[in-house]
Amino acid sequence: MELTQEERQMLEGRDGKATRKAMEILVALGAIYGADRLLPAVSVQIAGVSFDNLGEAGLEFLSEMQAEGGKARVLTTLNPAGMDIENWQTMGIDADFALNQQRVIDAYAGMGIVPTCSCTPYLFGNLPHYGEHIAWAESSAVCYANSVLGARTNREGGPSALASALTGKTPNYGLHLSENRRPGLTVQVETQVSGTRAFGALGVALGKAIESRKLKAIPYIRGISQASLEELKSFCASLATYGGLALFHMEGITPESALFPAPDESLTISQGDIEDAIRFLDAPLAADEVDFVSLGCPHLSLNEIARVAQQLNGRKVTKTFWITTARPTKRIADQMGYTAVIEAAGAVFATDTCCVVAPIKGRFKVMVTDSAKACYYAAAKNNFQTRFLPFDEVIEEALK
Amino acid sequence: MIFTGRKISPGSAEGQALVTSMGISFFGGVDPTTGQVVEKGHALEGQSIAGKVLVFPTGKGSTVGSYTLYRLKKAGMAPAAILNAEAETITAVGCIISDIPCVDRIPIEQIASGMRVRVDAESGAVEVL
Repeated sequence: MELTQEERQMLEGRDGKATRKAMEILVALGAIYGADRLLPAVSVQIAGVSFDNLGEAGLEFLSEMQAEGGKARVLTTLNPAGMDIENWQTMGIDADFALNQQRVIDAYAGMGIVPTCSCTPYLFGNLPHYGEHIAWAESSAVCYANSVLGARTNREGGPSALASALTGKTPNYGLHLSENRRPGLTVQVETQVSGTRAFGALGVALGKAIESRKLKAIPYIRGISQASLEELKSFCASLATYGGLALFHMEGITPESALFPAPDESLTISQGDIEDAIRFLDAPLAADEVDFVSLGCPHLSLNEIARVAQQLNGRKVTKTFWITTARPTKRIADQMGYTAVIEAAGAVFATDTCCVVAPIKGRFKVMVTDSAKACYYAAAKNNFQTRFLPFDEVIEEALK
Repeated sequence: MIFTGRKISPGSAEGQALVTSMGISFFGGVDPTTGQVVEKGHALEGQSIAGKVLVFPTGKGSTVGSYTLYRLKKAGMAPAAILNAEAETITAVGCIISDIPCVDRIPIEQIASGMRVRVDAESGAVEVL
């Protein structure tokens, strides 16, 4: 791989041990995946923030990188943490966990990383534009950035994203290259898809269909006439979780779809496929068996919080109901009066975190959500059963 | 016998080879405090990778595995070096952050457990002594 003089100096230790290590990571990955050079990365999103996933070893590594002088060179934001940073006690987090989680955040912040702990950095200022090269971890945000924004990133892991933050570089391979962004499979959606749950179910159906093929292909989706930001963020999370995909094209909706003709090979998604996907995640359980309601996977937008406030206004919830969102989004909700309405109804803001990364194994039995991704982790990580309902019905479930 | 591979993570080391033709998942597959392989049904199950020149085709599993290698290093239970047929992200990143020398593109089927091996990652040289 060709390195510039500056990159070579970073590799030789000019800027300290943390930067040198970061450069070693990028050079090794570049070599493994056949990159010809490093690209400037204009934005970074880091995963590996919840202490529940990182553990002692991860915390030690981050503390060492900070102590060795690591400093972010480009705009870098963080994935959700394992707790609400300001309000962890209300969430039932124990003090030891809170201390370790705070150390993780402090280590990142000490390196100049913006400690907004969220999977939706594109909603509050970390918003790369079309064609820009970035280095993002967090599979749903990667899929959103590549597909909806038309920026270019591989699916980074925690350490490789940190390496890009500390150097401002990312190796030129994979989805940074135009030829690797071509669709290989036309997906004809033959039914009306509307709402976050339905788009999540579409992600399940398509993700599983692609996963079961020997050759993974980037889908070129036809038949969707309209999709909101919220529907797309739900779809991205689901498609990344169930199909491991980092990029799709959607005719008339995503920017790069106009660059390509529909591929010859095709598959069809019917109304029956969507219903099967819903049934797969929605256990037939009665309302009194539900003990946990969660909205905000990915983190809720301001629009969605406004809808929750409107529906909860003057009413009382009967179950633990988490509203998970990013701190900046929550601040605007405070300002708009949404927070007061939602909290008066008895729902809890779990800001900076979510039901996927918080340490809640064993606390609940049955979770209700509109998110297909949240259903996956509820089962795989926490052993919860799930009900998978449309957004408005999730809120009603909390009131029953 | 000398092979020349590709440097993945710098450094040099000498040790006894521990070889498997199976992939290794460090997260969940290796006990981070003892270095013992704990993956059910793995050819190396029950054996310790600590201090060995660990030879396997390629890594697999969760990306958190990079941090498992780091933990092993801190516990003094890391392998002395790692040789792969083809390195991937988890092992490469884990070796770099833990200062474990790593070389890939080595004909690993020509190395057997128990052989004494010297690794100089900088030049990519792997010598069977």
